Amino acid sequence: MVNFKINRNPFDQLVLIASDGKVHENVVPVRAFPIAAPQEGIALLSADGHELAWVEHLSDLPGDARALVEEELASREFVPEIRRLRHVSSFATPTTWEVETDRGDTSFVLKGEDDIRRLGASSLLIADSHGIQFLIRDLNALDKASRKLLDRFL
Amino acid sequence: MTSRSINVTSAHATLPDPWLGEIAPTLTDTENILAWVELDLDTRLQFSQGLVVVTNQRILARTMAEKTWDSWIFHAGLTLVHHDHAGVGTLELRDAQARLAGWRYTLGRNVAALRVIAAFERQLDSQVSGQPVEGDAVAVCPNCKTALEPGQDECALCAREAHVPPSTWTLFRLWRFAKPYRNQLLAGFLLTLASTAATLVPPYLTMPLMDNVLIPYQNGAHIDVHLVALYLAGLFGSALLAWGLGWARTYILARVSERIGADLRTTTYEHLMQLSLEYFGGKRTGDLMARIGSETDRICVFLSLHLLDFATDILMIIMTTAILVSINPWLALVTLLPLPFIAWMIHVVRDRLRTGFEKIDRVWSEVTNILADTIPGIRVVKAFAQERREAARFREANRHNLIVNDRINRIWSLFSPTVTLLTEVGLLVVWAFGIWQVSTNQITVGVLTAFLAYISRFYTRLDGMSRIVSVTQKAAAGAKRIFDILDHVSSVPEPTKPVHLEQVAGSIELQDVGFRYGNRSVIRGVNLAIAPGEMIGLVGHSGSGKSTLVNLICRFYDVTEGSIRLEGVDIRSLPVAEFRRNIGLVLQEPFLFFGTIAENIAYGKQDASRDQIIAAARAAHAHEFILRLPQGYDSLVGERGHGLSGGERQRISIARALLIDPRILILDEATSSVDTETEKEIQKALDNLVLGRTTIAIAHRLSTLRRADRLVVMDRGQIVEVGKHEDLMAREGAYYRLYQAQARNVDTDLDDVDVDNAIVLSDGLAKS
Repeated sequence: MVNFKINRNPFDQLVLIASDGKVHENVVPVRAFPIAAPQEGIALLSADGHELAWVEHLSDLPGDARALVEEELASREFVPEIRRLRHVSSFATPTTWEVETDRGDTSFVLKGEDDIRRLGASSLLIADSHGIQFLIRDLNALDKASRKLLDRFL
Repeated sequence: MTSRSINVTSAHATLPDPWLGEIAPTLTDTENILAWVELDLDTRLQFSQGLVVVTNQRILARTMAEKTWDSWIFHAGLTLVHHDHAGVGTLELRDAQARLAGWRYTLGRNVAALRVIAAFERQLDSQVSGQPVEGDAVAVCPNCKTALEPGQDECALCAREAHVPPSTWTLFRLWRFAKPYRNQLLAGFLLTLASTAATLVPPYLTMPLMDNVLIPYQNGAHIDVHLVALYLAGLFGSALLAWGLGWARTYILARVSERIGADLRTTTYEHLMQLSLEYFGGKRTGDLMARIGSETDRICVFLSLHLLDFATDILMIIMTTAILVSINPWLALVTLLPLPFIAWMIHVVRDRLRTGFEKIDRVWSEVTNILADTIPGIRVVKAFAQERREAARFREANRHNLIVNDRINRIWSLFSPTVTLLTEVGLLVVWAFGIWQVSTNQITVGVLTAFLAYISRFYTRLDGMSRIVSVTQKAAAGAKRIFDILDHVSSVPEPTKPVHLEQVAGSIELQDVGFRYGNRSVIRGVNLAIAPGEMIGLVGHSGSGKSTLVNLICRFYDVTEGSIRLEGVDIRSLPVAEFRRNIGLVLQEPFLFFGTIAENIAYGKQDASRDQIIAAARAAHAHEFILRLPQGYDSLVGERGHGLSGGERQRISIARALLIDPRILILDEATSSVDTETEKEIQKALDNLVLGRTTIAIAHRLSTLRRADRLVVMDRGQIVEVGKHEDLMAREGAYYRLYQAQARNVDTDLDDVDVDNAIVLSDGLAKS
């Protein structure tokens, strides 16, 4: 049912070969619901942003294509997941947070409390001053000290 | 080897320390470091350190984890490109055949990355062409491409606001607003002192009253009427004095605090007005209204009522202590024993309550936000029959409010009863110790009565004082939220060294303009020079960045890259108000303020004469319909111009733009919300307006842009075509497709051309 092929060119870009033989260079995979349903709804977009193909579920792709798409997604997606809050410089914004994430330790500047957005009951999306989104997937899974710090901003 | 010096010719600061030592051995004698970017991500997007360096011979890179440097000598065909997505930038080094390397960084490093690319390109050019590098004679800001002044590392225009958190002693910052009233405040303080002293006289008089009158009477002596009258007169006199002083004190201080509150409110509002659209875009109306309205009021009440009471209480405690000690130090000691306990309790509870009250504030604004969301959007709510859902949302917010309040109340409710209990226990101790002292003749009964009179006042005040904890915290939380606004530096800042333009002809130049909203790049690499008096038509489907571009030209936002120049001067170095005076703006949805039509037309020029207003209305083809209204130019237009048709409102807003006689005119979909008949009327009005002015017009209906000198076609934040209507039609490009789609009168846009190329995998979603 997947009627196209994907491979990678020397420029490290994805190439999509459609069923009619048309070749699209620099194809970009995009998740439709990166947080709510990351495995479902993957669109393959051309370099100028037009939809070339729609994949209902990642598992619909054959193994090698799936690996390529996942690899490309991984190199594009950057939503570090906060595991622990180590220190916040102040409880008034702007404030610098030192955090441990799944991508290593870092610090960022939170410009205002409005940059913390609730997603559902226990997830938070925090945008830093440069627009990078940090995710807290489960508030209740954080350790007590982190929750206490975070609580001051909620 | 190590003695070799490294020449860093860049005008910018030297390479940071650990890297400088690391890179030194790999460089040759003739090699200079020109630019670098410190990476904060690796290729798998994990946070880690790395460095990319451009020298005059090659480009080098290394991550912290690796030990060796990768390097590429400059040669023809080498390119270094950057792009970014979701807050992460990517630098890619390529040659004609393949990608050689890629580096990632967060957008904080973007300026450095751009600097690296600029240095790379200059060096590569000179290597390939054999010409010497043009030199660093013209240092250019890598961000906005403005020439830097010699010796300046950072572009003054691009220097961003510092992220310094405001101090936690927020309430003391209110002093800034109290300062103008310091004389009244001093008077108020002295009155407080006096009136508090006056209230302390009556308990003191109970002492002689007991010892000199009542006790001798019980022991068989006669009551000295004269003495009694004297004491009672003293009691009455002091009560009267306390009343008068108390009145004066409260009146003066209430006046002052009301004024401080008003100043706070107006200052906050004035500051809010100065903030850029970016700020308003990120805030919710309900929240801002609550901050300026109720928070300032809360601070005002705090200052006039609670702080005043607290100050009185403190004074009373000090004075009472002094009196008690002077009468009998031992009994005084016992009396004051519970005081440290209560102070400690206050301290413990304070911390918990403060966070709690901040939380309550936030939850409260959540509740008001729902109101501010749904009431203006009530038509949508009703149309989709979502009343229940909105009610549920409100109930949910209220429930959240309840939970948070409950949690606070649990601590809070325990607080006052405990204080009362301590008071009672304190009284008990005084009774016990007092009776023992009386029995051993250390004190008289009168002294004990006086003590009891003092401390029962004293402790009731302590109870009241405990309230100061919560109100102070509430006021501090409120003050913090106010100062959040006041501390917010406009992202469209006033220039430090403003340039004044004498004469504006209306030439606009966009140089490499880029704009990022959050982490989304909305506009990229836009270059456009607009001659004075030229009319530019901006076309493209919605979301292509037309309105954003216009917002940038109006300086509602500042560009994130590149620059916009008016008469060759960067608009960021012009005073904002002075710059905007040159711009007339006609929006799709004209906004009329509550007031008369004449006032609305004269909105941009308050001192316009009636003749000028009428002339503008005539030119805008609004004169006649205005005359048809019962009160003519004095007709009141309601909120947002209810009672006028869309076309009429639009013509009033055109008259408004005409009146200020701007050199630059911006028409943002000025005719798209009206029917074709009205559009013709408006078009006539616009033709008058456009005459001799630099005009930038956005229109969905391409037919309205016939008069444009040039059409600029935008797609996904970039300019794809520029030219006259005929030329663009002949080219059969994006504009041609857009035009054809409209001519066929089908609601299609640029995207649809590629539809047949799309492969739709999903069966469920594949329609038609």
